[in-house]
Amino acid sequence: MAALAAAFVLAGVSVRAAEPAPDALARMRARGTLRWGGDMQGGEPYVFQDPGDGRLVGFEVDIADALARRLGARAEFVQNDWSMLVPSLERGDFDVAMNGIEVTDGRRARVAFSRPYYVFTETLVVRRGERGAETLGDLHGRRVGTLEASLAFELLSGVEGLDVVRYEGVEEPYLDLERRRLDAVLLDNIIAARYGLPRPTLQAAGTFGEGTYAIAVRPADTTLVAAVDGALAGMMESGELRTILERWKLWDDRQARLGDAGRPAGTDAPVRALAGFHVGLFLRGAAVTIAISTMAMAIAIVGGLVLSIVRRYGPPAAQAAATLYVEVMRGTPVLLQLYVIYFGLAPILTLDAFTAAVMGLGLNYAAYEAELYRAGLEAVPVGQTEAAAALGMSRGLALRRIILPQALRVSLPGVANDFISLLKDSSLVSVITVVELTKQMTITAVDVRGWLGPGLLCAALYLAMSYPLSRLARRLERHLAPVPA
Amino acid sequence: MSDDAVFRARGLHTELGGRPVLRGVDLEAERGKVLAVVGSSGAGKTTLLRALNYLTPFSAGEVVVAGRRLRPGMCERADAGALREVRKQVGMVFQSFHLFPHLTALANVTEAPRRVLGLAAEAAEERGRALLDRVGLAAYADAMPQTLSGGQQQRVAIARALAMEPVVLLLDEPTSALDPRLTGDVVAVVSDLAAGGQTMVVVTHVVSFARRVADRVAVLADGRIVEVGPPAQVLENPRAPETRAWLGEG
Repeated sequence: MAALAAAFVLAGVSVRAAEPAPDALARMRARGTLRWGGDMQGGEPYVFQDPGDGRLVGFEVDIADALARRLGARAEFVQNDWSMLVPSLERGDFDVAMNGIEVTDGRRARVAFSRPYYVFTETLVVRRGERGAETLGDLHGRRVGTLEASLAFELLSGVEGLDVVRYEGVEEPYLDLERRRLDAVLLDNIIAARYGLPRPTLQAAGTFGEGTYAIAVRPADTTLVAAVDGALAGMMESGELRTILERWKLWDDRQARLGDAGRPAGTDAPVRALAGFHVGLFLRGAAVTIAISTMAMAIAIVGGLVLSIVRRYGPPAAQAAATLYVEVMRGTPVLLQLYVIYFGLAPILTLDAFTAAVMGLGLNYAAYEAELYRAGLEAVPVGQTEAAAALGMSRGLALRRIILPQALRVSLPGVANDFISLLKDSSLVSVITVVELTKQMTITAVDVRGWLGPGLLCAALYLAMSYPLSRLARRLERHLAPVPA
Repeated sequence: MSDDAVFRARGLHTELGGRPVLRGVDLEAERGKVLAVVGSSGAGKTTLLRALNYLTPFSAGEVVVAGRRLRPGMCERADAGALREVRKQVGMVFQSFHLFPHLTALANVTEAPRRVLGLAAEAAEERGRALLDRVGLAAYADAMPQTLSGGQQQRVAIARALAMEPVVLLLDEPTSALDPRLTGDVVAVVSDLAAGGQTMVVVTHVVSFARRVADRVAVLADGRIVEVGPPAQVLENPRAPETRAWLGEG
């Protein structure tokens, strides 16, 4: 309870990055490089690695190069997770951020935007032959996917009765739409055109709203914003921007309005504080974490038991297969396994995100449980097996009644410890769109623009879940010390 | 096999790590009698006992027990059924007991009758309590094995083997793991069983024990039976030089 109270107090304190030295433009010129942040995972045509030679290409790469040239510097790309571009800009990791960053109310309150360099609209994509929507309200009751922290997400969040699913990549929502894990996808027309509409099973079903991409700068760097603005204006006048956009086949009628568009004004949108309803959301996230962890652990325990028994008593081929399974699952990241189960297997086996999360974690932890039980089985003296055999017990009966009860005593504290690890590893399932406790924390952190409050609240909830388990593990260790045979 | 023989071993050969341990053992146990197998350590006594229920496989020869034939090359997996049938009828008491540490004394005794013979819980418990009473441990039914003394554990192990009502009970050095001052209870139990007509094969290196409980004594030396006969003859007037050498050791 004290931890929760502390979280609220701290949430009220807005934690800001140290203000950078006044003249960022001068520093940039002295350094000779314009450091700009973006995420290659955003993909074509923004910023991506050329599949041929791995070089960084994209229309924003071209804009950054032209911009830097006009500012008397060389463009230097800084890779950064897309959803974290604004916080990283605030931290001072780069001079400007440019990667399809949409001018939204939330962002205008936080960063200074240059004049826009692209005008886009939101394209709704559905499966071919299915109904579209006249207004976003028509989507009532459907599952709609979009990118986190995007304009589309803001539009969708304003509609009642929608199930909005957040993604971090542009490919995945369309894959899930094809696999019927979504009913529609709303994303910027550039993204829809490159990633959604080329899929023969999908079709456009209307456009909504209009927005602009602009370059984000720290509000204090006023001279830099002005210089970037000037450089962009020059690129528009000389036709350089149009040339770049045409080269990437991005020029359309909407872009003709770019010349008139001024710099988006900053807003003083009040910073939202961590509120009571956030606690409710966190508790719901914690409930998802508990549900996923317990179901995954059940799979892990049963799977681990089967694996360890097969490895010790099974026929040689089965032993080899079980060993291979354990090595592969322990030797590759669980994150990768979750991707493979959710996205990789989708053409053959389309699991919903929750099931995929439980399966992925359960199958991964089964390998760890198998090792744990193997150690337990090996700790049972061979005399026990012989004594059971000498009494006429079958191998299965001896295993069930004599060997396993002793082996599990040895393994039980480890099982409790593994459950604690699983509880924390369950945060990884956010990559396949499940909103559990950690994901809820990052969502709230973006919402209230502070990490400390949500972070502490999140930590308090994890501790509340894991501490009883670690107490249990310690008690089990004390009470179940292996009995001398 | 004579009508009175409970089992008969013929021409048993075993190897351990390529080294011959038994080199052609012939042995019979008479119904209702106690056969003591004696000899110095390393003579192969324990291996012989374990070969009789195939816990240690033999490479040549045969064992006929309880109407079934054990052959060389049998396999725990493929011949599981046949081995189980034999082992149900051949009780084994290990030198270091091997009690099930997670079960009470009573549960150690009732586990096999319940799960292997399919006795009802009440019947198994009745049998278990009677056996614990017979070995002098009626008060220890609910004790966990590790809380019992060595001699008490040995007697629980005997009760556990008897619970299967075996046609023959094999005991491996029943007194050697015990404090010499505490062997009396175990000796008393074995004597009592012998008096009750339980067929037993007892491996021991304790002459006094063999003399007290055995109807016949077989001397094992270097993987062969060198002498068999009543204790009075074998232990008092040994004919084989190996027997005399062994008695000299004691």
